[in-house]
Amino acid sequence: MINIIVNGKGRQVPDRYSAENLVTDMELTGHRVAMEVNREIVPRSTYTGHWFVADDKIEIVSAIGGG
Amino acid sequence: MNQNDPLIIAGKTYHSRLLVGSGKYQDLEETRLATEASGAEIITVAIRRTNIGQNPGEPNLLDVVPMDKYTILPNTAGCYSADDAVRTCRLARELLDGHDLVKLEVLADEKTLFPNVLETLKAAETLIKDGFKVMVYTTDDLMIAKELEAMGCVAVMPLAAPIGSGLGIRNPYNIRFIIEELKVPVLVDAGVGTASDAAIAMELGCDGVLMNTAIAGAKNPVLMASAMKKAIEAGREAFLAGRMARKQYASASSPLDGTFF
Repeated sequence: MINIIVNGKGRQVPDRYSAENLVTDMELTGHRVAMEVNREIVPRSTYTGHWFVADDKIEIVSAIGGG
Repeated sequence: MNQNDPLIIAGKTYHSRLLVGSGKYQDLEETRLATEASGAEIITVAIRRTNIGQNPGEPNLLDVVPMDKYTILPNTAGCYSADDAVRTCRLARELLDGHDLVKLEVLADEKTLFPNVLETLKAAETLIKDGFKVMVYTTDDLMIAKELEAMGCVAVMPLAAPIGSGLGIRNPYNIRFIIEELKVPVLVDAGVGTASDAAIAMELGCDGVLMNTAIAGAKNPVLMASAMKKAIEAGREAFLAGRMARKQYASASSPLDGTFF
């Protein structure tokens, strides 16, 4: 297992764990979200092949009400 | 009336000169109804961490303000540095399938929410180089407004009063200087409190007004959204019509000839 940080919170995940796996496990499949890993955008089209490494800092964001 | 007087931002034509935020509503249904009543075509949204563990079936803002019906304008609200603002815009572009129109705002101070102009200039430069079309929130400083235009911002949006204050157009002369000097659209962003404020902004010659709290913070937001739509249209028509000159003394409206008394 490795530890990654998702939206500021630690998360234990298997050694081989992709952006796609994370989206599925967070029940965000089909939701409009954007992801960055260590401040770099990870395009949605590359989730399947993007493997996390220990201590990756992941941000998953959505659009919410704002002015 | 507005078919012949479109607002053009970054080459795209809009028929409403009212831009609205989607924050501070009680729920998404109120957001939907008020947005519809406003007649606005450009709707600002904020970019925030996805709420992990929220009900997956729960409706989402973009379900009630859909991208195929509205131009979504992601903002950088809450950013206090150029870096954070640029990062937010890049996430927004990925989120919205490459949509590159953004509202840049970099704040300086929590109490006034005044813009940090130095960081705003830095962020605008990076974003424009990166291909973004930047609508920029700024102070009512003419020189800064001109600089932002020269850099390539697609619209300059000076504040009329602090964000969310509802204090109205505190600086009409400064706003007018900016309108007179710039070629890109100038929109009042922030400070409008009620319909007459919106009309005053438009009578000054603003190309549009962006507001959120004035609608969402009204007792009846949907009715206020409708009022704002009319105020923006009335103010625009009054500007185009050209107001009468102010006079010191009265001038009778009825002829004096033909009086029988």
